[in-house]
Amino acid sequence: MQNPYVPYPVRIDAVDTATEDNSLKTFTFSFLNPGDEEKFAYQAGQFAELSIPGQGEIPIGIASSPTEKGFVMFTVFKTGKVTACLHDMKEGDIMGIRGPLGNWYPWETLTGKNILIVGGGFAFTTLRSSIKMMLEPENRSKFGTIDVVYGARTPGMLLYKEELMAWEKRDDINMHITVDATDDPDWGYHTGFVPALTEKVAPAASEDTYAIVCGPPVMIKFTLPVLEKLGYSHDRIIMSLENRMKCGIGMCGRCNIGKELVCKDGPVFSLAEINMTPGEF
Amino acid sequence: MTILRIDKSCWTEGLDRARQAYALVGPAPDGEVPGFRELKESEYPIMDGSQTRLSPKGVVFPPSQVMMTCSFKEGDPKKDIYEAVKIDTRPRAVVGIRPNDAKALQLVRLNFDTEEYKDPYVVEAFEACTWIGLAVQAPSATDFSTSCGTGPFDESCLDVMLVDNGEHYLARVLTDKGAAWAEAAGFETPAEEGADARIADLKASAEKAISSSMAWNRIQEGTVLDLYEADHWNKTTFACLNCGTCTYACPTCWCFDIQDEVHGETGYRIRNWDSCMTSLFTRHGSGHNPRETPMQRTRQRFMHKLKYFPDKYGQGIMCVGCGRCIEQCPAGIDIRDVCNTMNSQA
Repeated sequence: MQNPYVPYPVRIDAVDTATEDNSLKTFTFSFLNPGDEEKFAYQAGQFAELSIPGQGEIPIGIASSPTEKGFVMFTVFKTGKVTACLHDMKEGDIMGIRGPLGNWYPWETLTGKNILIVGGGFAFTTLRSSIKMMLEPENRSKFGTIDVVYGARTPGMLLYKEELMAWEKRDDINMHITVDATDDPDWGYHTGFVPALTEKVAPAASEDTYAIVCGPPVMIKFTLPVLEKLGYSHDRIIMSLENRMKCGIGMCGRCNIGKELVCKDGPVFSLAEINMTPGEF
Repeated sequence: MTILRIDKSCWTEGLDRARQAYALVGPAPDGEVPGFRELKESEYPIMDGSQTRLSPKGVVFPPSQVMMTCSFKEGDPKKDIYEAVKIDTRPRAVVGIRPNDAKALQLVRLNFDTEEYKDPYVVEAFEACTWIGLAVQAPSATDFSTSCGTGPFDESCLDVMLVDNGEHYLARVLTDKGAAWAEAAGFETPAEEGADARIADLKASAEKAISSSMAWNRIQEGTVLDLYEADHWNKTTFACLNCGTCTYACPTCWCFDIQDEVHGETGYRIRNWDSCMTSLFTRHGSGHNPRETPMQRTRQRFMHKLKYFPDKYGQGIMCVGCGRCIEQCPAGIDIRDVCNTMNSQA
């Protein structure tokens, strides 16, 4: 019987500081055992439990794209015991990854559609995975327009800056990058909050346009009314939720929102689905 | 289906004979707080029909359980790599379990044995167990099992059901697993003619003795949001201390936590029972808590048992009417009252 609690052993191949305040680091892992990478086959939008022996596990969205082979990547905010320990780890250290877990953005439904991605802060990880995947030459023609609204508090808090700049230069994706405020005279992008920018730049709502929204609660709170005002129907607003988790496989009981378990039935839900629940997230 | 007659004078002798093939688990003679555990040689299950203070869920889902270990020893090629502990798959005869407690464990199994994932610690424990139940002939005042899709003589989740008939037990052998245990114990004497009718009489009288009930028919028809937003919750949950006693005593509560510990040069990943009554159960790393208030946590417990679970599994409510939570609640909260209130406002 397959034991779903046992992590795959992995080696840390790279640790990169992701933001100016050092609160986020990006970890790149490779699997120790041949064959485990194939077993870990994932879709953009899924997450995994990062396991540090003797410390515990943390559920983190997968930031690498399923199209990137030979490694998996996670960007982790330092906030508690396990994440603090992870931030102190270094290249070559051995730990574990358990997953992939949860559902993913509904790529089958999204094929052939225009995509609006709205992200904020360090919740951009699975959105990075999604954008990377959609922009692959073999995938780009499967989608209509791609618009990305991404914001952080300051330029130094934006994740994956080099990639953002590279995507900015492409003509097959419309990047709308913003920061809450900056005194950087060289800042050449937007300033202001994500919801306000979304209202200005989002593509018109249609049967063929879906919005994927992932960010801090305050961003979500003010972005949803904007999308509604723009005419996006609730079944075309896709969200990725988070709740405290332990098992990640729908058994330990703490991440439920009504009868839905965020770890197994989610983390991806449409707003229409979320509206049917008590909203405890 | 066979009915056997087991003379009580031969009972312990048979249990000992079966021990050659099965570990014996049952209500243990442990003073004021008896619970289910593996019984040592010359120990036998309490068969007086009383209800254990803790439910038997620990038989398949122990309060604390090491799931995996890893080495921190320098030079060990498996250093820092967790490996699952060996799971105990010895055949176990769980003797003296109440029929509704056996039903409760099957509800617990629904959580751990899913299409996508199987928890091997729980599922293999289930597979190893043969359930030898003892019908309840003197239900307590807080027994409302017949309102919960089970009852004092519910055979649905047992392999053998024993019925105390004075000097002997009448044993209904319900499954092949049950027959194998009876054979291992050497219980083979067929019951006299009329045993079936005798069991039916005793069942009818036990069910008649249950005087309390709760209704959940309208809850099942109501919407989640209407039930969740009903205006009775502050009043209904006012007395709750969030102590979690109900969740530990409950035979169907399965929530758990996973913690790591290090002892010497070994790391342990351990599963412990947890409780939705605690604030930390749902608190995010950011400090945000979707169930911040005591009322929200108590509401979660009742909504889970009476609405979310039935909606998710279609197997009735997540309660078997044992009454342990009612008996042990320090604040006098009674699930029957809460359920009836929810039902009346659904």
